[in-house]
Amino acid sequence: MSSLYVIVAGAGKVGWNLARELIGKGHEVTVLESDRRRYLAVEQELEHAVQYGDATELWVLERAGIQRADLVVAVTGDDEDNLLICQVAKEKYLCERIIARVNNPRNLIHFKLLGIEPAVSATDLILRLIEHEVPSYGLVHLLDLPNEELEVIELVVSEDSHAAGKRVVDVRLPEGSLVMALLREGKGLVPNGETVVEAGDEVLVVLQPRLEHDIESIFVSPNGRY
Amino acid sequence: MFVLIVGAGRVGSSVATTALQAGHTVSVLDEDPLSHERLDMELGQSWEEAGGRFTIGTAMELEALREAGVEEADVFIASTNGDNTNLVVAQVAQRRFDVPRVVARVLDPRRAAWYQEQGVNTICGTAIAIEQLEAAALRDTA
Repeated sequence: MSSLYVIVAGAGKVGWNLARELIGKGHEVTVLESDRRRYLAVEQELEHAVQYGDATELWVLERAGIQRADLVVAVTGDDEDNLLICQVAKEKYLCERIIARVNNPRNLIHFKLLGIEPAVSATDLILRLIEHEVPSYGLVHLLDLPNEELEVIELVVSEDSHAAGKRVVDVRLPEGSLVMALLREGKGLVPNGETVVEAGDEVLVVLQPRLEHDIESIFVSPNGRY
Repeated sequence: MFVLIVGAGRVGSSVATTALQAGHTVSVLDEDPLSHERLDMELGQSWEEAGGRFTIGTAMELEALREAGVEEADVFIASTNGDNTNLVVAQVAQRRFDVPRVVARVLDPRRAAWYQEQGVNTICGTAIAIEQLEAAALRDTA
């Protein structure tokens, strides 16, 4: 990756560590922090790479050189601030890449509504990890590509489901979905049409998001999960 | 008309009272119950008895907005004490709930002007104060 100019809004734990890592990788970074005391603490280490000011104010962004920024990352503790910093960066200053932190996962819908993507929620990520650790939870999202309208999900095949005991070729999958892999007794295998799906297998399916419910009903029985 | 006001501090409560007295249906959403008392005081009677609605909640929550009646609102006023909250919830009202008339109070003049250009109706108290102050202080000095 060639060297980027990155503006990081918010010098909390996330912003500070992010700046340190980016600088370590050879990127140019300016961190913006509106709390004077926090700014002074961070400035001890980051020196000229941190500036004092509220990143939701246009002049603060301009002073940081937003016109030449390759990437703006908004990681303050306030979702409204992160949303607006990214909105202004993208729509006013035409910054090509933005990344927003979402503190409260319930605010994700607002970021989506206003086209602020990617929006990253640590709570949401941890929740997904928990789901992955506890497969009985049901359907796990491994990858979401909302713009491309694709996702990869993981399901545990239940005993009395449609798919259990059938060859992959006989499992009636809807158009726009595909079984990518099976995980059985800790081993992964890439199936062909002859591979038999067994109860207890974890299947990885790539699909269009609208098919999620159909796919679930094929691999998981309605009267109880595996 | 159905007027939904988010944030009933000095500005919001005053507009709410005026709208109610003008015969509109007025619903107020505020996270601070103290705002309700302010409305009672300004009216000289209970806000609900006078026909007003009040919901305690934060406007970033869709459920709170729905409970306050955003889906029926003809007018949506974002007048909390935070510019950023006002700009976000005004856009939510406009784009998600298609409220026909949305007004956001924004104290930062530059962002008020830019969002106005983007189609968000903003009112900037600071810009008005600057204009009046300049007129009063610098009058006849040019």
